[in-house]
Amino acid sequence: MRMESPLGRARGLGSAKEGVGHWWAQRLTAIALVPLSLWFVISVIALLGADHARFQAWLATPGNTAMMVLLIIATFHHAQLGVQVVIEDYVHDEAIKTASLIALKLAAVALGVFSVVAVLNVATGG
Amino acid sequence: MNTRNRPLSPHLQVYRLPLAAVMSISHRATGVLLTVGTLMLAYWLGAAAYGPDAFARAQAFVGSWFGILLLLGWSACLFYHLCNGVRHLLWDAGWGFELPQTFRANYVVLACAAGLTVLCWIAGFAAWRI
Repeated sequence: MRMESPLGRARGLGSAKEGVGHWWAQRLTAIALVPLSLWFVISVIALLGADHARFQAWLATPGNTAMMVLLIIATFHHAQLGVQVVIEDYVHDEAIKTASLIALKLAAVALGVFSVVAVLNVATGG
Repeated sequence: MNTRNRPLSPHLQVYRLPLAAVMSISHRATGVLLTVGTLMLAYWLGAAAYGPDAFARAQAFVGSWFGILLLLGWSACLFYHLCNGVRHLLWDAGWGFELPQTFRANYVVLACAAGLTVLCWIAGFAAWRI
């Protein structure tokens, strides 16, 4: 039986003071992803069946390099913010939840960095 | 104590979800599927960085029936999440909270998502032929 009052318990579970930061970052990346994802779809269609040389020539132009890097950053940031909420909503075991969130955040950074490095590598002809 | 008139929370097994609720959970589901799709993006870009042979293998996979099936699914997810996401942003701005607007927006989102997906694949097949 809990000896603390409902108010005492609520105080302990109070806001971590960073909910607005999460909300704001999710919206900001969402707004960025409207033009970025449309650009991406059009680009993929234009690149259907392209060989390596054509893909490299396309990605090496500064505008396309910048757009692809921006797309990667916005996508992975937005994705991990969204999946974080899904995990927090549906995974109730504290240990599994924490482990899932750690795996999610690390995987997002790793895949995002790998993708950006790959783009820069191709764009600089490496 | 009379307990008959208490409102019950919907039992998901027997409760027919309204369209807005189905669309709400679909926003989540498509978001998770698109997150899985980022693996494909990382693979595709990585293959290009590893050289012409790796990139040719990646392009062959993308162009296979299974690759096209995945792209078909992801494109539908993307356009749905995009259109419904724009509606979420409009809600954040305080627009569209009245019930008639919400009902109308349900169909606008579905029509835009379906239209963009079909348009994208028509453009895709046209580009493929050329």
